[in-house]
Amino acid sequence: MHLGEVSGLSMGAATRDAFGEALLALGAINKALVTVDGDVGNSTRTEPFAKAYPDRAFNVGIAESNLVSVAGGLAACGKVPVVASFACFLMDNAFDQIRMSVAFPQLNVKLVGTHAGISIGEDGPSQMGIEDVALACSLPGVTVVVPSDAACTREATRACIEHDGPIYLRVGRGKVATIYPDGCSFELGKAITVREGTDATIIANGLMVAAAVDAATLCEPLGISCRVIDLHTIKPIDRDAIAAAAAETGAIVVAEEHLHHGGLGAAVAQVVGETTPVPMAFIDVGDQYAESGDPQGLLDKYGLTAETVMEAVKQAHGRK
Amino acid sequence: MPELSLDELKDKAKVIRRLIIRITTEAGSGHPTSSLSAADVVTALYFGGFMAYDPQKPHDPDRDRFILSKGHACPVLYSAMAEAGYFSTDDIMTLRKLGSPWEGHPNMRRLPGIEASTGSLGQGLSLGIGHALAGKMDGRDYHTYVMLGDGEMDEGQVWEALASAHKYALGNLTAIIDQNGYQQTGATKDVLDLTEFQPKIEAFGWHVQTIAGNDMDAVVTALKAARGISDQPTCIVSQTQKGYPVVPLLEAEGDPNYHGKPFSKKLAEAALAIIG
Repeated sequence: MHLGEVSGLSMGAATRDAFGEALLALGAINKALVTVDGDVGNSTRTEPFAKAYPDRAFNVGIAESNLVSVAGGLAACGKVPVVASFACFLMDNAFDQIRMSVAFPQLNVKLVGTHAGISIGEDGPSQMGIEDVALACSLPGVTVVVPSDAACTREATRACIEHDGPIYLRVGRGKVATIYPDGCSFELGKAITVREGTDATIIANGLMVAAAVDAATLCEPLGISCRVIDLHTIKPIDRDAIAAAAAETGAIVVAEEHLHHGGLGAAVAQVVGETTPVPMAFIDVGDQYAESGDPQGLLDKYGLTAETVMEAVKQAHGRK
Repeated sequence: MPELSLDELKDKAKVIRRLIIRITTEAGSGHPTSSLSAADVVTALYFGGFMAYDPQKPHDPDRDRFILSKGHACPVLYSAMAEAGYFSTDDIMTLRKLGSPWEGHPNMRRLPGIEASTGSLGQGLSLGIGHALAGKMDGRDYHTYVMLGDGEMDEGQVWEALASAHKYALGNLTAIIDQNGYQQTGATKDVLDLTEFQPKIEAFGWHVQTIAGNDMDAVVTALKAARGISDQPTCIVSQTQKGYPVVPLLEAEGDPNYHGKPFSKKLAEAALAIIG
């Protein structure tokens, strides 16, 4: 059973595919757009752009450090470089280059981490980006975006490229449920209320938005009305949406496909603590590395399911 | 673009060396010896007719670029840029003081004309590749110079960059290795002996010259030769002395490396007397 199925959400495209489609389309409009690839373009889906615009696509080999700094130099000359690699190889391997060649000088580089989370499946933990959001959020001036479905990713890609400043955009490998219609509205830093509710709020991003919608469905017969917020932009964070949810529903559950420390949960908890302290609960990968396996099996085993989110809602709601 | 004669360049290098010593002694910290070794090359670049630049238009898209990848040697860069008219020599006396944009390592966000924020070694050549690629894409004929340290060559990223510059045949890119023979804790050959740079970098597809980097005549000749190469990236292995020309003073102090230490007022006076 896939995430979103409980609520009747159909499966859509992978967010990496949506990113690649959007990038290709934007290439025709924005002539400053270039890609810098670490020889994973067929995985990250920058390949169609590179084939359409070979003079604007650079593959510097399996060399993430060089990759990121080259992009910094291109950005310093007015180009809009899109650097896509697996989330772990980009963010973890080239972290100091991201710090010194992108974040500190505030250069207009678009970092795109694909294959994020444990749902990449069989390739196993060495390929799973689960520290990436914590690393990205630690960098001053870097906008951090985790879209939940294909339609949202297309709009997020457009917004990220139009934005003047460094960005980290996180997308996934596998297909995910469809949350939004094509051409949905998307604004960086502005949370989307996917579903209204009065007794508790589930704040999620990435594929866990579908799990949140399912959990809200499962909570209905229990008499718990759940609001679901898609907090696609972790930084800068939508403080108003979080504070309002805390004040109006009195309990908050955060669900994300990331380690427990330093991700969406930590970011939301800071805002809740500073504005309207209420009971909270957290669903995430925990403080551990995962393993190889089929994507759905991994999500089940590591507790990223509609049921675990529902249990967290019950627990937080019960502490009100 | 100033184009001084050889004798004028030698005099200008003295002026820049004097500034390096004055500002680091005033700051009470910094890397004077790492800056002194590089002074002849940096002087030739800014005043020998090799770089087109206008201090009033630091973002001119056609300007030539100089990226100081060995960012700790920024006293030489600040001194050359002050002499070039980007700011005043009084300004750079605030080096490393709270509130001063003349920070301990270059910060491009605070100082127009600084091409890259450096200080974490290994990244400048890759940044320079980005500038060179953009220049080729846009059909601009500017040249990008990147200065690295020989200790910095320990960083793996430099070798990634060397390979990728060859792939894109960046004839508009010149790397200059200030081979002063020392890094933080000792001689480069003792810390990590990379043996000769020239055959290694030639094997990466670059045009390489090895020169006496504290000899202005040799520096100018090499930069001219590099500018004449247009189909491949060029490298100048600039063999220098860390602390040139005051190495005997440093030896007398018992530390010929003198890494990351300012000169005392007394030592600075002796050094200024030697420089003349």
